[in-house]
Amino acid sequence: MTNNGLKDDWELIVGLEVHVELGTRTKLFCGCVNQFGDEPNTNVCPVCLGLPGSLPVVNEKAVTYAMQIGRALNCSVNRSVFARKNYFYPDMPKDYQISQYDQPTNTDGYLELPSGVKIGIERAHIEEDTGKTVHVGSSGRISGSDYSLVDYNRAGVPLIEIVSNPEIRTIEQAKEYVEELRGILLALKVSDAKMEEGSIRVDANVSVRKAGEDELRTRCEIKNVNSLRSLGRAIEYEAKRHIDLYENGESPSQETRHWDEGDGRTRPGRSKEDAEDYRYFQEPDLVPLNPNSQMIEIIDEELPSFPSERRKQLAALTEMEIIEVALIVERGHDDFASATIHAGATPQTVIKYLTNNLSDGFGELSPTAFAALIQMEEQAELTSTQAKKILGKLVEQGGTPKEIADQSGLKAIDTDELENLVDQLIASHPEEWKRFCGGEKKVQGFFVGEIMKSTRGQADGKVINQILNERTTN
Amino acid sequence: MNSIVPDSSFTARSIAENVQSGEWSAVEVLEGYLSQITQHESEINAFNTVLEEEARATARETDKDIAAGKTLGPLAGVPVALKDNLCTNGIRTTAGSRILENWKPPYDATVVQRLSAAGATVIGKTNMDEFAMGSSTENSAFGPTRNPHDLSCVPGGSSGGSAAAVAAGFAPISIGSDTGGSIRQPASLCGVVGVKPTYGSVSRFGLLAFASSLDQIGPFANTVRDAAIVHEVIGGHDPKDSTSISEPFPSFLDDLERGVEGLKVGIISELMGGIDGISPEVIQKTREAASVLSENGALIEEVSIPASLYCLSAYYLIAPAEASSNLSRYDGVRYGLRVSGETLAEMNINTRTEGFGDEVKRRIMLGTYALSAGYFDAYYGKALKVRRLLAENFDEVYSKYDVLLSPTSPCTAFKLGERTADPMTMYVNDVCTIPSNLVGHPAISVPFGSGNDGMPIGVQVLAPPMQEALMYRVASTLESAEK
Repeated sequence: MTNNGLKDDWELIVGLEVHVELGTRTKLFCGCVNQFGDEPNTNVCPVCLGLPGSLPVVNEKAVTYAMQIGRALNCSVNRSVFARKNYFYPDMPKDYQISQYDQPTNTDGYLELPSGVKIGIERAHIEEDTGKTVHVGSSGRISGSDYSLVDYNRAGVPLIEIVSNPEIRTIEQAKEYVEELRGILLALKVSDAKMEEGSIRVDANVSVRKAGEDELRTRCEIKNVNSLRSLGRAIEYEAKRHIDLYENGESPSQETRHWDEGDGRTRPGRSKEDAEDYRYFQEPDLVPLNPNSQMIEIIDEELPSFPSERRKQLAALTEMEIIEVALIVERGHDDFASATIHAGATPQTVIKYLTNNLSDGFGELSPTAFAALIQMEEQAELTSTQAKKILGKLVEQGGTPKEIADQSGLKAIDTDELENLVDQLIASHPEEWKRFCGGEKKVQGFFVGEIMKSTRGQADGKVINQILNERTTN
Repeated sequence: MNSIVPDSSFTARSIAENVQSGEWSAVEVLEGYLSQITQHESEINAFNTVLEEEARATARETDKDIAAGKTLGPLAGVPVALKDNLCTNGIRTTAGSRILENWKPPYDATVVQRLSAAGATVIGKTNMDEFAMGSSTENSAFGPTRNPHDLSCVPGGSSGGSAAAVAAGFAPISIGSDTGGSIRQPASLCGVVGVKPTYGSVSRFGLLAFASSLDQIGPFANTVRDAAIVHEVIGGHDPKDSTSISEPFPSFLDDLERGVEGLKVGIISELMGGIDGISPEVIQKTREAASVLSENGALIEEVSIPASLYCLSAYYLIAPAEASSNLSRYDGVRYGLRVSGETLAEMNINTRTEGFGDEVKRRIMLGTYALSAGYFDAYYGKALKVRRLLAENFDEVYSKYDVLLSPTSPCTAFKLGERTADPMTMYVNDVCTIPSNLVGHPAISVPFGSGNDGMPIGVQVLAPPMQEALMYRVASTLESAEK
């Protein structure tokens, strides 16, 4: 896709706001269990129900997770204060959300994409989740519903909101950004990071401008994007909508819009007229968080290695480009790759196999067996078809490739023998051979097929082709 | 003047001692107070809920425990009245509002737990200005409370019910909350002792919030010692309140009668005529109190807290701002009153329109405005600056003085209905008490004589944070002189 499917003189500008549900055992401000999928309104108490007189007490683990995320995103971790974001909504028990405003925990970081592009992170702050409202009735929306049910199990679940700068320029980058962030969160073990279950929720701020312009134009915030595919579609739709407006002499208004997956379009949410004034002010029921440098040092020391670093390591080990090994790291197969390479296998072959043949995992396969298999193939003891067959068995049942090759009688026919067979075949089919030499390519299939038939698949197709080509020039 | 104040009353201390020793039974003690309530509550309206049966059950348990040889706490068998903004498990807690008329919390406030653990008997929930917003208890949805010294007068507020309950002999002690003077001002008007502790020294868990950064729970009592005893019971760190102070306080009782010899006491000049509206007789009484301290060996000097001139303005931005947020939750969705409507927003609006009284609505609007985009810096932001400035003023003064002295209320109890027409005349009642709330320092109001109208006057002792022991010492000296 060139230029995101947009007309050439337009540039796409995207900033992402990602809400991450932390996987702490308990909620952000009370001792209720933080668990998805329980019976509605069972994980609740006076605090997360916002009953009169109740007070929040911050979950230390959630703060630690927040700081870990901050450091993983190369942010500075600051003295931070909680703030109240005031607005009325039934699934928000206090009718204000405890969040952070002008003094967030993490600021000024970046996320490095596999392509090497760095996307700036403006902030990553702590806030509480709201409950969940189900509008019962035909429309599924509040207007026109018969009644609404609220489940407060999610109310007070710790969230980190990670806000990127508007530095994303392609749909691919937007997806990579979310994927990369997921990788970091999973490596940190701070969230299960499932987009479908809502433990990662992505809002996209989309605008466009003419190539070469410095100023940003009006953006729209797109909500309700539940998969990476939807994210791409929603951004593309929204960008095109903006361009159409501009080209018709109009312009978009700044608003929140909802992605409708079924119709493949965005629709306005709250209109500009009743845009909210959240009346933020410092939360008087909580004290500032003031991490000292020692706490941050400990966090830094305990950080696991992240995808960007692991990609660099694997690229260095394999002497390949970062982009070629990115998929292996994304799948978390890089440790296995390294072990196989250290067991003596050719790095490029290891990556090729992992990319194409082992996407679902290794089963009983050990790095040593894997390395041995690759060596056997490279020393022409096995054809690539045979090697793949054996690989399947190794994944299923384990063992060594030698054992399996012996048991199943898999052995590459050596080249001398194969040359004899080819020569015999040419001699017995002079008509076909003439056509082959005359450049009729499809006859090649006949020769290869016949040899395969007579060797019950034990021959290496590549080698047969080689021999055939040698014979034409002779 | 129609007064129902009993000639003498037992102290909490004497009740606890006699109940613990088996001299008196907790049930007998309770019945004495209940009969006073039966006789006079219809005139005073100190209570929103009297817990006769529950209290009797508690007192019987207390007697049983004593008979079984148990040592109970410092409030064994002592009846206590609780302001109706303190959560009591299964007992309706209204905050004086229609919107919570029948709300029963599923939990006890920390102070309620601590009082019970100390052996106290909860006798009832007292009337108050709705959500503690007011200085006369006339803003209650359940009718005004009257001053036991003169039934035509207000008891002050917002903890007017708690102050009146102690003054009327309905309970030896009670609990209130003080956001801008809501314990000290009614204490002064009802002739009892009232304390606003250091912010964070008494847990707010279970207190229905008015303005979270200013609210503090404290005791009413007939004596300084009783107030100190109750303060020790309800105070101390609570992990459920993040603003709770974790360091332990020294005992308030050990040095109570040590006197004031050698202490440096400052009289706040702005509150002694510097600001308009403080009556000459109140100023005169405060000077007399200063003389008493001087006679007892304290050094008295006038001091200036310049920022106190702006306290009232700052307070009436900060408190409503926080209130506008704290009171959002009363939306008809989960508990309390619900008045239906065609849409969700209509239901919210109908509920709040019918559920809240005028003063509460006024402050929600004030606070919402003060926090709005475009006005925040000019109003709320500026008020916070006054607050910081005030704290600096106090720090400077406390570098030279041990405690400060001032009037508590600018006047004695006024007539019911006299000040309800103009909110500003009501707000001025808090001018002497608000500074302590804005900086989070402790202060106490001690009865010190009466005015020309025969109504009680209190004087206020202010102390640096965590210096309650000193504050009680000075108050105790004033109390001895007054008797």
